[in-house]
Amino acid sequence: MRELLNDIDRWKSAGKRIALARVVDIQGSGPRGAGAAMAVNEDGEVIGSVSGGCVESAVVTEALAILAGEQPSRVVTFGYSDDDAFAVGLTCGGIIHLFIQPMEW
Amino acid sequence: MSAYSIFSDRVRDNLPVALATIIEGPNVGATLVVTPTGAESGTLGNDDIDRIVTRDAMGELEAGRTVVRHYGPHGESTPEDLENTDTVRVFIESFSPPPLMWIFGAVDFTAALARVAKVLGYHVTVCDAREIFATKRRFPMADEVRVTWPSPMFEERGERLGPRDAVCILTHDPKFDVPAIEGALATKAGYIGVMGSRKTHAKRLERLADVGITSPSDLARIHSPIGLDLGGRTPEETAISIVGEIISSRTGREARSLGASDGPIH
Repeated sequence: MRELLNDIDRWKSAGKRIALARVVDIQGSGPRGAGAAMAVNEDGEVIGSVSGGCVESAVVTEALAILAGEQPSRVVTFGYSDDDAFAVGLTCGGIIHLFIQPMEW
Repeated sequence: MSAYSIFSDRVRDNLPVALATIIEGPNVGATLVVTPTGAESGTLGNDDIDRIVTRDAMGELEAGRTVVRHYGPHGESTPEDLENTDTVRVFIESFSPPPLMWIFGAVDFTAALARVAKVLGYHVTVCDAREIFATKRRFPMADEVRVTWPSPMFEERGERLGPRDAVCILTHDPKFDVPAIEGALATKAGYIGVMGSRKTHAKRLERLADVGITSPSDLARIHSPIGLDLGGRTPEETAISIVGEIISSRTGREARSLGASDGPIH
């Protein structure tokens, strides 16, 4: 998250609402470890990354739904190949758990 | 100040800080900011869970670990207490200060190494006794440029160096690099690398013996000639070979092509 702070500050001072997505756990092979983070503002601007590009666009969709109040803050999991709910996954076969929340702290 | 301002100020000032966030259970999203001296801002919902999570987050921060822990709604953490109660999952994320790299010698290789080290997140200090070379103008990418001999630098702050930190000695001038090696060996630095040809290295070993550095355990800590055998020549290629060696010495891997090995990648 260190590398996101300048942009988050800028968004905060512009009064933008922001959703923060952080990797909390990885099972099996994964490109980024726990703590990898990205942030999405209400205009759909995106900073940071949480994988090698495999799940980022799905994270943006989730983040915008959370900002819109359509979904609560929650842990979102990608990579179960037998779960149709999430069609995206990590091409390396790992399972990635992210916590996505509005930045209200 | 908001929890976020306290957190981001500490990260920018390179001070250790942990974020504890409820990711499942009551008060999901609640965040507590924890420093090595205790909770600084925010709450996870009640004093009991704040107290227990603060204790655990201080421990994780000390070790530089990022983990998910399970509790009861009031911080219960033993398996018996967790039976028949809601579980709260807390993501504890540690932000340790960046690792340190001290580079001795203000040469072209130094500028390239400082740049590459910044990419890897190091806090970089360039050190040289020659005032006209050790300037911020020549090393704008370094966090700090010091005009000093090695010995005072190690006396002043050698104890700050630990297993995550690196000392790279690029002077190849015995009057500078022998005291730098002596100083570095007295610290807990995880990586010590010294530049020079194989011939320079052999001569340097004699000079080290003259000052009493002969123990195999000390000599084994010195990576010299510095860097991996990539066959590169330019300062930038050399810098990559040095940080490559730092990574492989930390992980204990032989630095071969993944295509030539099997087994897990990470």
